[in-house]
Parts: sequence; structure tokens; C-alpha cells
Amino acid sequence: MTIALRTLDDGAWISVNDSREVGVSDIWTLPAREFCGCETPHVMLEGFSGVDLRGVDTHVIADAVGMCIDCGTRDGIESLPVGRIVDGEFKRYEPESVQSPSVDAVSSR
Amino acid sequence: MPSDVEEWKDEVYGTDIRDHIERFAENGWESIPDDEKDAWFERFKWYGLYHQRAGQESYFMMRIGPPGGVLEPGQFRRIVEIADEYARGPVSNPEFGNGWLDVTTRQAIQLHWIRIEDVPDIFEALEDVGLSTVQACGDSWRNIVGCPVAGKDKHEHVDAGALAEDLHDTFKRNDAHSNLPRKWKVSVTGCDEGCGQGDINDLAFEPAEKEVDGETVTGYNVRVGGGLARNEPRFAKNIDVFVTPEQAVEVAGGISALFRDHGDRENRYNARMKFLVDEWGPEKVRNVLQEEYIDFELETAGEDLRHSYSYNAGDADGKHDHVGVHEQTDGTNYIGLNVLVGRLGIDDGYEIADAAEEHASGEVRLTQRQNIILTDVPDDEVDALLDNPVFDEYSPDPHPFQRGSIACTGSEFCSLSIVETKNRQVRFSRWLVDNVSLPEGVENFHIHLSGCTASCAQPQIADVSLRGMKTRKDGEPVEALDIGLGGGLGENPQFASWVSDRVPADEVPGAIENLLANFDDARKDGESFREFVAARDDEELAALVEPEETSYEDPFLHNTKRTWYPYAEDDGFDDSPAPARADGTPIPSDD
Repeated sequence: MTIALRTLDDGAWISVNDSREVGVSDIWTLPAREFCGCETPHVMLEGFSGVDLRGVDTHVIADAVGMCIDCGTRDGIESLPVGRIVDGEFKRYEPESVQSPSVDAVSSR
Repeated sequence: MPSDVEEWKDEVYGTDIRDHIERFAENGWESIPDDEKDAWFERFKWYGLYHQRAGQESYFMMRIGPPGGVLEPGQFRRIVEIADEYARGPVSNPEFGNGWLDVTTRQAIQLHWIRIEDVPDIFEALEDVGLSTVQACGDSWRNIVGCPVAGKDKHEHVDAGALAEDLHDTFKRNDAHSNLPRKWKVSVTGCDEGCGQGDINDLAFEPAEKEVDGETVTGYNVRVGGGLARNEPRFAKNIDVFVTPEQAVEVAGGISALFRDHGDRENRYNARMKFLVDEWGPEKVRNVLQEEYIDFELETAGEDLRHSYSYNAGDADGKHDHVGVHEQTDGTNYIGLNVLVGRLGIDDGYEIADAAEEHASGEVRLTQRQNIILTDVPDDEVDALLDNPVFDEYSPDPHPFQRGSIACTGSEFCSLSIVETKNRQVRFSRWLVDNVSLPEGVENFHIHLSGCTASCAQPQIADVSLRGMKTRKDGEPVEALDIGLGGGLGENPQFASWVSDRVPADEVPGAIENLLANFDDARKDGESFREFVAARDDEELAALVEPEETSYEDPFLHNTKRTWYPYAEDDGFDDSPAPARADGTPIPSDD
């Protein structure tokens, strides 16, 4: 089954099969010290720059720009898992759950 | 590889979209195929329709863009009538009720809660009085902004209204310019006050004089590549070109075609003209324009009037906006009225339309400071017009805190916004009026609140710039604002310096109170706020902000984006009545 994935409206949200599934402004919990110096970074996503599928579990991963609401670090985030496809349906991960992205070493634009 | 948006535009774009809108309207919201929704909603923007945010599916924002903000007699009333009939939501807003129109920073009007089924009737009602939503959004020529009192202004150097109309007539519904890589924002300034705000547009015409063949000619200098969005603000750059009013349309077409052909269609985040100007530099833009797009020899830039620009210019002498009663060139007057955060209720709209028709020409104009202007008011009608109680609220003499307030749409309807804006800015201004004194001599003080980095409220060009963010307070995430200082336009425009990050929204009024008190204590005699900011580094300024809780209460500190509508009693996504059929009946989910 083909899954249509895209970011739209200036990166305001991720569309999965023409349905708005993940939006900006939610606060995502990232693994300890992977985004900034905080023990548990709580990162508010400001915009999505890309989205893709990865792995046999068909994780939906997003590239985004975010800011830690505790220390103020702003950076790019690569491959943030935001959900997965199960039987052709998108199941969104809860932002409060700890995610495992790779943090972009380059400052965001 | 071209983006999905480019592929959708290649398939159907421009005026071809109209038939499809009519088809979907005829057959109802549910007739839009599920797997084509993204494509159609992107295309609908070209016709000024923007699908509202998550939780509000099947409802649209509609934008109407009159060039230069000029609404001829009868047009303003028609928009109010349309809002009355079609722009009512399922729930009231606590500040504004249910039914209003929003004046935007690009001299347009936005209506919300529009249903696709009603769009053909709305289009017909608009076209009946010469209005349109064409290209109000989407990747093409947006509403052309400019001096809102063009043709009537004592400060006029060249008639910006005539050029704005020429550009509108030439480049709306023009197949060669319908599909650009990204939005295309054009400004025409004709006065010596700079009220077209050309510096923040993709293409700006600014008044100038030039000696050509021994004669002094009035016309425009050309700048390109301005814009505020995505943490990448740019002022438009001078490309050393002077045009006469007669040449301006051809040159505008050349620059638009240059952007069409050379803008980045693979990465929408790099697509705006400002990035092409970054890459090429103004000299190459001029050279390519001359060599590939213009058949006559371009003149070098003429002498401009930027030294006298006062509009939103902080410390300059002259008018900073159009509010108040001002004499026109024909001896009648225009009356600039303050519309707090640009939102104007429907009943008030009828009152204003009645007053404009009874005491003046009935013409209404829109400004880039989200205000309205009634033109052609004879001297002996001014008092009678202003006796109407509606002008107590929409005042020609508002308090500076309310006169200076601008806010974008915010999380009420917008997908991008991080925080609630319009209601919050109304509450901020009310508290500031009641609790804070402006330092002596400060008569203009601009506070612009934008919900995100898209910068629709133009926060970077305000005395106090507020931008949506989040922070943690008492252990809980709350809506917050970054605070910037010292922005503005004028001869030497300046973007605000962001000096305080992530201030909890309920501490922002206290921060402004303390900032103004500290400014009053530390300023030199007669020093303006903008001069005061320019003389200090960010660290010094941050120390002067001092956020603190006050008697101000903020009802929107929670995550308003996790609601279907921030003011609904039951505001969870599961409580949303959307999507809905044309009569408002919720459409059950397939799940």
C-alpha cells in the first residue's frame, strides 16, 4: 500500500494519506542530552522540514526545527519518530513519550 | 525533484481551479476525494481559500484583496453582508462574539468559518461589486499593498493607487504569472511618509525623481527581496533601477518572470525572492533583468524620499500611521479609525458603512496597521460622523497602546501559530491602558504580536516585538512570548533585537510596564525609544525587561493548539463539530 507523506503549509504539519496528523507547537520529550544539555529535553517543534518512512515497522520520521522549553536551545532534529503505519493506518506517538531522533549538528535555519 | 506542491500546480492551477471549486460546492464537502484533499486545499489558496487548522476541517478562511486597500463605495458593505450571512462559527469568541471581519497587515480582509458549499454564492456577491478573492493566497501575485490614501494625500509624490491598480489588472488572472515558485508580495509607495512599507516586500516601488533627457521625471526606484518570515528577515535591496509610472508595469512583469524562471521550485523553504537575492546579489538581479526580460535600457536609480519616511519609523517626525482626521488634497478629510487587532464586528461594520454613506462618499480604505479609513468627509460632516457611538470603539483618537497594537490570526484558526494572539493582545492593551503610563513625549508605541516565525503581524518592525513560543512555569508547559525591541521602518529600517526569550505570556504585560519605567529612568532628555534601544546591546536591554506577574490574568496559558477551538467550553479535539455539512451538521467519522 502506498502511503502519502508530506509536510504542508510552511511546515506547519505532517500529512499522512491526506490527513493532518502531526502539527507544530506540541512538546516532544527527547532522550537525555541528545538535543541540549538538559537531563530530559522537552522540545517544542516549530516547523517540519521533511517526512519519510523508515524500517520494517514503517516508522514515520520527521525532520524538524525545535526549541527546548527549559534551556532555550534551538536546533534541527533529524529523523524524529512521530508515529508508525499499522495495517495501512497511521498511529501517532504521544509527544510525551521519549523519542530517539538524531539531532542535527548544524544549527537550524 | 519538484515538490508535491509543484506537481499539483502543474496539473491544475490558476483560473482552472474555479470550475473544481464550483463542482465541490455543488456536491458538498464530502465530494472532495480523501486522497486529493492536500492537493485541492493547496490549489484553493489561489482563490483565497485557506483550510482552517486541525479540528476545524471543512471550514475555510477566505481572503479578499482590494489593491492598495481601497474599497469603493458599496464594497465594504457587501463584505459585511457576506460576513453576516456566511462567516459564523459553531462557537462564539469571548471578545468578539460570533461574526466579524479581520483587516490584515496586507490591506486585505479575512473571513472565517466559510463553507465550500457557500463559496460560489460568495464569489458572485463579491464580483457583483467588483471584488475578488483571486490570488489572495497561493504562489502568485498577492494583494498589492500601498499608500491607503493614494490619490487624496497631501504627502503624495506620485499616484501609487494608479500603479497598484495597473499591476492588479495586469497580473491577476495572468497565465504567465499565475504559477510562481512561492508567494509574491508587491508594494507601491507614492508618498513621502513611506506608508507602503516597501522594505518588507518581494518587490517594492518607492517614490523617486530622476533627470532624464534634461527633464526631471517623477517615478519609482525599485527594490527587491524583502520579507520577514522563518527567522530570516530581509529588507528589500536597491537594484539601482528607476522607472516612470508608464514603465513600472513592464519592469514588474520582468522581475516577476525572473522569479518565476529562477526561483527555487525544489525547496519551498528556499523559494522566496529574498533567497535568490541572497544568492545572486542585487547587481546580478539587475543584469539578468536587463539582459533577459526588459527591452529598453533601464535607468539607474533616481533620488528617493526615504529621508522623510515617518510611517512606523519610531523616532521620525511626521505621521506614523493614518489614524485621526487629516485633510485631503480636495479640501475634504479622511478619518483614520483604530481597529484593535484588525477585528471588526458585523453589527459595527453595518454602523460604519451607514456612517460613511451618510456623511461621506462611502469609500472605505484598509491600512497595513490593520485599521480602516473613511475618505471624502466634508469639514461640516466630520463631527456629525464621529458622533456615532460606534466610533468610541473604532476611534480616531485611541490610546497609544491600542493604536499601536497589531496581532496575527493566531492559534484560533492558523496551523502554524504556536499561541493564541488576538484575544491576548486585546487583553494586553486593555491592561496597559489601565495600568501603565507612557513616558513623556511618547505618543506612538507599537506592539506587534505574531504567533510564530511566519511573522504575519510583522513583529520585527515594532517597538516591542512579541513572537509565540512555549516555556515551563510552575512545572507546567505554558504559552510564552519572545520579546524583541527597537524595530521599525523609516529611512534606516531596523529589525528588532530579540532580547528576552520564552517569557510566560502572563508576565509579558509586567515586562512591558517595567521596560517602560526603566526606559523613562535611563533615557537622555528627548531620547526616543528606538534611539534608546539602538544605543544599548542586547544584554543591557534584557536586563531592562524584567518580566513579572501582575494583576493581568491570561486565560490562554494552556496549549491552545491542542483544542479544536480555544474558547469552546468543551475544547478537546473529540468535541469538535468538524467536519460539518453545509448546515453545520457534524459528519460522522469512518472510524
